[in-house]
Amino acid sequence: MMSPTARLVVRRLNQRNQALAPFFTSTKSFATEASFETRPFKLHKLEEGPKTSVTVTRDEALKYYKQMLTIRRIETASGNLYKEKIIRGFCHLYSGQEACAVGMKAAMKPADAIISAYRIHGWTYLMGVPPLGVLAELTGRKSGCARGKGGSMHMYAPHFFGGNGIVGAQVPLGVGVAFASKYRGDDNVCFALYGDGAANQGQIFEVYNMAKLWNVPCIFVCENNGYGMGTSAERAAASTTYYTRGDYVPGIWVDGMDILAVREASRFAIEYCTSGKGPLVMETATYRYSGHSMSDPGTSYRTRDEIQEVRQNRDPIASFKEKIISTDLASADELKAIDAEVKKEVDEATRKAKSDSEIPMEELPADIYAAPLEEEVRNVAPWEPLRHKRIGSAVNLN
Amino acid sequence: MFARHAVSARAIHFVYQPDTAKPPVSGETSKQNMFMAINSAIHSALEKDDSAIIFGEDVAFGGVFRCTLGLKDKFGADRVFNTPLCEQGIAGFGIGAAAAGATAIAEMQFADYMFPAFDQIVNEAAKYRYRSGGLFECGKLTIRSPCSAVGHGAVYHSQSPEAYFAHTPGLKVVVPRGPIAAKGLLLSCIRDPDPCIFLEPKVLYRTAEEMVPKTEYTIPLGKAQVLAPGNQVTLIGWGTQVHVLLEVAKMAKEQLKVSCEVIDLQTILPWDKDTVCQSVKKTGRVIVAHEAPLTCGFGAELAATIQQECFLNLEAPVTRVTGFDTPFPHIFEPFYLPTKWRCLEAVKKIVNF
Ligand SMILES: Cc1ncc(C[n+]2csc(CCOP(=O)(O)OP(=O)(O)O)c2C)c(N)n1
Ligand SMILES: [Mg+2]
Repeated sequence: MMSPTARLVVRRLNQRNQALAPFFTSTKSFATEASFETRPFKLHKLEEGPKTSVTVTRDEALKYYKQMLTIRRIETASGNLYKEKIIRGFCHLYSGQEACAVGMKAAMKPADAIISAYRIHGWTYLMGVPPLGVLAELTGRKSGCARGKGGSMHMYAPHFFGGNGIVGAQVPLGVGVAFASKYRGDDNVCFALYGDGAANQGQIFEVYNMAKLWNVPCIFVCENNGYGMGTSAERAAASTTYYTRGDYVPGIWVDGMDILAVREASRFAIEYCTSGKGPLVMETATYRYSGHSMSDPGTSYRTRDEIQEVRQNRDPIASFKEKIISTDLASADELKAIDAEVKKEVDEATRKAKSDSEIPMEELPADIYAAPLEEEVRNVAPWEPLRHKRIGSAVNLN
Repeated sequence: MFARHAVSARAIHFVYQPDTAKPPVSGETSKQNMFMAINSAIHSALEKDDSAIIFGEDVAFGGVFRCTLGLKDKFGADRVFNTPLCEQGIAGFGIGAAAAGATAIAEMQFADYMFPAFDQIVNEAAKYRYRSGGLFECGKLTIRSPCSAVGHGAVYHSQSPEAYFAHTPGLKVVVPRGPIAAKGLLLSCIRDPDPCIFLEPKVLYRTAEEMVPKTEYTIPLGKAQVLAPGNQVTLIGWGTQVHVLLEVAKMAKEQLKVSCEVIDLQTILPWDKDTVCQSVKKTGRVIVAHEAPLTCGFGAELAATIQQECFLNLEAPVTRVTGFDTPFPHIFEPFYLPTKWRCLEAVKKIVNF
C-alpha cells in the first residue's frame, strides 16, 4: 500500500511525462481548432488504442468548458444549499471529476444510454436537465427532475437510466440496456458507470461475463477517484488496475482529468462496441475534491496537501482553460464572460430551488404501480385516503 | 460520515424516553448514547473472546455511525477490519468464519444494503445447521446494521426490514430501543449460538442517551419488556417506535383518561408471545405500531397470533398503525411514519369501538 506522500510523488512523475504539444491552425484572431497530445492510454487485451493526438475545435472547446464549469457551479451551489440545511440527507459532489462526464458525453451519440450511481448531478445536467431540475430535486421540490420524489441520488432524464443509491446495482442494468440495443440492431451503446469502491461488488463480475459472452455493446466505466468513502482504492482492492479487471473484457485506462483524453477514449470505445466486438472496460483516473458526501469533511483519510496538489496541478477545468487560452482558441475575457453567464444561470436556479413548492400529498402514493388493481394504497388511518395514481408516462418506454 | 451532522429538530418525530428503571446490573454507570453503548458491547465481546472479529465497510475507521470507534487501535487490525464494498461477500465471509469457529460480527453499513446479502443470510446462515442435519452451524455469526427512519434518508436509507428476516426460521432478529437495551441485547446476540440479525435504529445513535452500566451484562433474547403498566390498551412496538408509544401512553392518560400498557418487543424472532398475550388478556385491546409498511409487516404476525390466543378477551379488533404500502418516501416521511398523532387516534378508536 502506498502512503499518501508516495502517491503524490508518483502523480508528479506522471505529470512530468505529460507532453503538451499544441498545434495552431488559426484564422482571424482566434484559432479554429487546436491539437493536443494526451497522456498515453493504457491498454488491456487491445492491439490498438485511441489516438493520443486529439483535436478540438473552438466551438467544441467553449462548449466543454461551459459544461464543466456549469457542473462545478451546480456542485458549489448544492454544497451551499446543504450547509444551509435546505438539502437534507445525502449530497454527493462531482467537483474534480467533471472531465469524465463531459468527455463521455462529448463522444456519445444522441441515443446512447448511460446509467450511474449517486454522484450524478453533473450527468443529469448533461443529459438535458437544466440546473434547476438538478437543484430542485436535491431540495425535494416540484421542479426537480423527479419532482422531488427521489431527492439526492435519484435523478433521471431521457437516455439517462438514473442514479442509484445501492452501490453496484446499476451496472447489470446497463448491460441489459445495452443488450436491447444489440437486439434491436440500433447501433447504440450503454455506458455503465461505477466507482473504484463499487468495482468490488460481485454483480459487476457477473455482468462482465454476460456482456462478453453475448458481446453486448456495454462500456463499463470505472470512475476511479481514489476512494470509496473513507477507504482508499488500494485498501479495498487486490488489483487497482481497474481497466484490467474484466479479465477477458478488454480495457483502456484514461486520464480522467483531461476532457479530451476521455472524449477520445469514449469515441474509441463506442466504435469498438458498435463494430460488434462486445464490451469494453474504461477506467477514468480522476479525483473528488469534496468528502464522500456532505457529512464527510474528506480530510481524515487523506491529507489536505493531496487535495491541494490535485487542485493546483490537475484540475480538469483549470487545465482545459489553460489549453484553450494558450492555443488561442479563445481569450481569457471570453471565458470570463462564460463564467459570468454560468454563474448567473446557476444562481437563478438556486434561488428557484429554494423557493419552489413541494408536490402535493396526493403524490405520495403515485407511481407505485402502473396497473394498481386496487383504488387505494393499503394503509391504516392516514388523514386522507391514499389513492393510487400515475403522474405521467415513462420516458424510457415511450 | 453520514451521521456526523446533527439530526435537526425537524428530523425527529418522537421524544426520546430514557430508561429510568433499575438497570440490568448494579454498579457504576456512565452517560452513553447508543453508538457508545454498542461500542462497549463489541469491546466486551472482543476482550473476552479471542476468536471474536468485527468487520465491514469502513469499520476499522469507526464505521459511518462511529460504533466501532477505537476498536482497531485496541484490538488490532487483524480483528477489527475494513472490508471492500461487497455485502454478499461480507455476509458469506462471516458465515464461513463463524462456521470455522470465529465469533464473527459483521456490520452492514445500512440495513437497506442487506438486500444484496439476502441470499447468504436467508439461505446460507439460517439453514446451515438444519440442512447439514446438525453437523455444521454458523451460530457465532451476528450481523449488525443501522435501520429505520432518520428524518431525511429517503428510499434507500430508511427501511425497516425486520419482517423479511422474521420470515426465516433459523435466524434470531433483535431491535434495541436505546443504549441500555442495545448493550445487553447485542452481547446476547454475539454470544447466542444462533445467527442473529441486530437492527439498530440509526436515529437513536446520538439522540438516545442513558446512564449505562459500565460493566458488561446481557439481556435475554426472546423476552419482551413491559415499560409502562396499564390496563385498558396494550401498545406494542420496537426500536424507535417504542418512544412514540411511551409518549402516546402519556397523552392517552392525560387527554383521554385511558390507561395504556407499553411493551417493547425487543426480539422480533422469536417474539415473546407470553408477555404480549398476558397483557392483551388484561387490557382486551391492542395496538401494534411499526415503521415498515402494513402488508406483511411484523404487526401482521402479532395480530394473527393475538386473535388466536386472546380471542375471547378482545374488546376490539387488533389494530395496526404502520407505514403505508408505499416505498419509503423522501419528502413525505412525516406523513408516512406512524407518529404519535396517528397512534393516539388509534387509541381513541379502539376504546370507543
Ligand atoms: C450496496 C451498498 N453498499 C454500501 C453503500 C454505502 N456507500 C455509498 S457510496 C460508497 C462508496 C462507493 O465508492 P465508489 O464506488 O468509489 O464511488 P465514489 O463515491 O468514489 O464516487 C459506499 C460504501 C451503498 N450505498 N450501497
Ligand atoms: Mg471512488
